Amino acid sequence: MNTTTTTSTGLQSLSISQRLIAGSLALLLGLTLLVGTGFAGDFRLHNGAHDTRHAMGFPCH
Amino acid sequence: MIRNLFAAALLAAICAGLVTAAIQHFRVTPIILHAETFEGEGGHSHGEAAAVADHVDAPGTPAHSHDVVAAVEAEEWAPQDGFERTAYTTLATVLAAAGFALVIGAVSMFANIPVTFANGFLWGLAGFLTFSLAPAYGLAPELPGMPAADLVARQIWWVGTALATGCAILLLAKTRASWAFAVAALLVIAPHIIGAPVAPDEPSGVPAHLATEFAAITLGTSFVFWLLLGSLFGKFSDVFATRSAAIPNGAHA
Repeated sequence: MNTTTTTSTGLQSLSISQRLIAGSLALLLGLTLLVGTGFAGDFRLHNGAHDTRHAMGFPCH
Repeated sequence: MIRNLFAAALLAAICAGLVTAAIQHFRVTPIILHAETFEGEGGHSHGEAAAVADHVDAPGTPAHSHDVVAAVEAEEWAPQDGFERTAYTTLATVLAAAGFALVIGAVSMFANIPVTFANGFLWGLAGFLTFSLAPAYGLAPELPGMPAADLVARQIWWVGTALATGCAILLLAKTRASWAFAVAALLVIAPHIIGAPVAPDEPSGVPAHLATEFAAITLGTSFVFWLLLGSLFGKFSDVFATRSAAIPNGAHA
């Protein structure tokens, strides 16, 4: 059962559960960043990211 | 592999975000600053706070209390115009880019479609259609001082439209069956039939030419941003995958 080195590195080498875990982590972190920069009502986040919100087409004001 | 995904996404986001922030600095922000000079002239205003914060003493004005200004500033912090404002905008753009890149990475994982240099521009195009063009079709890029509908209603429509459009593109990426085209078309069109929240019919002090210029430039900038983000994400993914393959299996990677 001594396997030779595995060279497959694409997505296909990941099991479904690995993909779900990685995807969920990425989605959680990504959405947190997007909510913070694009949507949060807190005035510090709003004012700091103000020009970015207008430039990226997020609803602002 | 999971580490490669995050590394490629974040590195691509930093590069694409910085380039986009540079374009924003020279082409987008000047229009926002220009529009802000008209803010409050029409029906829309930030209220008293902005008016007081804008208060500037004429040269030679005798010293007087700025307690009101200080109180307002303490209540509503905003970056100072100039370097500080540019720095915050750059940071926010890079963070938003990282958010978009990680969402793209998540979709890639869930859908089992890798992001490569070969298909990166298609991921970018999909991101542009999903997060820029489709929402802009109902909610045109807005300048400060322009009348707009209720913020939460617009945010809900924006998110719903992006979600529906993204699902439609993903569906077609996975299958080209005829039912998929029908469902995708329905998903793309539905938010526009429902309709975006309509802005109140109020006069605005912002000149029309400024608004049209802003809409064209922000959509163009978003297009560049998304093509860069998709292509760089793919490029970095390819590079990291090759490097991982070169490391012997037993080695700690």
